[in-house]
Amino acid sequence: MVAENRAGRREQLLWTIGSTALVIYALIPVAWLASLSLKPGADLGDGRFLPRSISLEHYRAVLHDPQFPAALLNSVGIASIATLLAVMLGMFVAYAVVRLQFPGRGAILAIALAIAMFPPISIVGPLFNVWRILGLYDTWMGLVLPYMTFTLPLAIWILAAFFREIPWDLEKAARVDGATPLQAFVRVIVPLTAPAVFTTAILVFMFAWNDFLFAISLTSTNAARTAPAAIAFFTGSSLFELPTGSVAAASMIVTIPVILVVVLFQQRIVSGLTAGAVKG
Amino acid sequence: MSRGTAAEHRLAWLLCAPAVITMLLVTAYPMLYSLWLSLFRYDLRFPDQREFIGLQNYVAVLGSPTWWESLANTLIVTTASVALELLLGFVFALMMHRALIGRRAIRTSLLVPYGIITVVAAMSWRFAFDPTTGFINGLLGLEGALLAERWTAFGVIILAEIWKTTPFMALLLLGGLTLVPENLLRAARVDGAGALQRFFHITLPLMRQVIVVALLFRTLDAFRIFDSVFVLTRGAQGTEPVSLVGYNTLITRLNLGLGSAVSVLIFCCVVVIALIYIKGFGIELSRQEEK
Repeated sequence: MVAENRAGRREQLLWTIGSTALVIYALIPVAWLASLSLKPGADLGDGRFLPRSISLEHYRAVLHDPQFPAALLNSVGIASIATLLAVMLGMFVAYAVVRLQFPGRGAILAIALAIAMFPPISIVGPLFNVWRILGLYDTWMGLVLPYMTFTLPLAIWILAAFFREIPWDLEKAARVDGATPLQAFVRVIVPLTAPAVFTTAILVFMFAWNDFLFAISLTSTNAARTAPAAIAFFTGSSLFELPTGSVAAASMIVTIPVILVVVLFQQRIVSGLTAGAVKG
Repeated sequence: MSRGTAAEHRLAWLLCAPAVITMLLVTAYPMLYSLWLSLFRYDLRFPDQREFIGLQNYVAVLGSPTWWESLANTLIVTTASVALELLLGFVFALMMHRALIGRRAIRTSLLVPYGIITVVAAMSWRFAFDPTTGFINGLLGLEGALLAERWTAFGVIILAEIWKTTPFMALLLLGGLTLVPENLLRAARVDGAGALQRFFHITLPLMRQVIVVALLFRTLDAFRIFDSVFVLTRGAQGTEPVSLVGYNTLITRLNLGLGSAVSVLIFCCVVVIALIYIKGFGIELSRQEEK
């Protein structure tokens, strides 16, 4: 009994050490960026993990940069529109797939699956060419369209997985009371689906917020260039030297919202990710 | 449920149409256009010289060492990172599954690598490994720049990839772990099966489907690696992956004909990888869509 107890305690100690190591593993690059962004310019080359003194000069520099604030606005705007559209269209499809019997149901899921595996680089060239002809090159819409497309499969999957769990009898009750299918959908089902929709929106937004390939291929100026592209192409006083402090500060500015979302909604994000992938 | 009425079919198609049309317009149409462009000599800097040249672009790409080298690079990074991610992902998943205290803290911190922008994470690693600003050389007592040598640069790229995507793998595996019935494990324990035996004979076989799906998605995802390499080396030191070759040909050099041939070949690679998984490991992706 005593021996077992000791083994149990040792096991618990191991788990605690392991968990601590895991948390450190996950946070080191962010902590390092935070440290760099707060180091005064003169200390940037000191090679220390923690700053000796703290200064906000890089944050001030970044916010007065000619490009970064515009890029931030583009990122927020483009990701929001893409999220809104992807979730809306995804909801329609998920509802149809879960609730209605129709030929082509399997084909729609197959298309979504194929797009989830599709390599974006394969369509960057044609999009670049077509967008120039259509005037979509270097516009918000030019990025919203590919972001929507590549997040629709995710949205359809997650929403369909959640929709299968919804008490649809309520809809039937509404139909009995004389509502049309569309009315039943809008009045009864949409409010019930709010949690699923919210979870999907978080994941879709994260995808659009993260994208880099489309952002650098389909934009060229402040008109639509997003934050990741601006960060990668930051130019300092000299053309060949990367302005470490500014890049670190800009990086923190786009990372803090992500951390907030993760802390506030971790439960939802995890359930969304696993609903989409494990339960299918 | 009944087979559905004509009105139901119409409503269903109406609901699906906007999404399906968008998806096809932004992927299938450009893919076909890519296939078409790949048969032309078409350089945007010399648009007048556009002419049909059949398969010559493919001959040029497949005959160039750049393509094969970048394919090898991509496969190296993909294989190494997916293999290590699976191992590490299992460790993390077991920790989240078994941890009594701090489960919430672990999950939250693991979602940080998942959520952070890839370019930002790569910047952090680039600064960390930089000989002047970084702390890693001092920590390891190294002199040279790790990103300036081919194999160490690969090491950093793989590390960045693993750091960013292991949490996703771990979450998928955690979802699989919850499918393993607890009393089965307890019964095996009573019968004298050790922890490793229980893992290999009960947990692993029951999770087979989840593991293969996770591997498929991660392999395809790793094969498209672009952002982190762009930031870390921009393909220097012989670390260029296929996506970067495609980008450089299409967007930097504006050679749409040759670049489209690269794009089509990358697409073919992805199809081959997916087929290997689906045929080889017998994934039943369609089964999951049944109710």
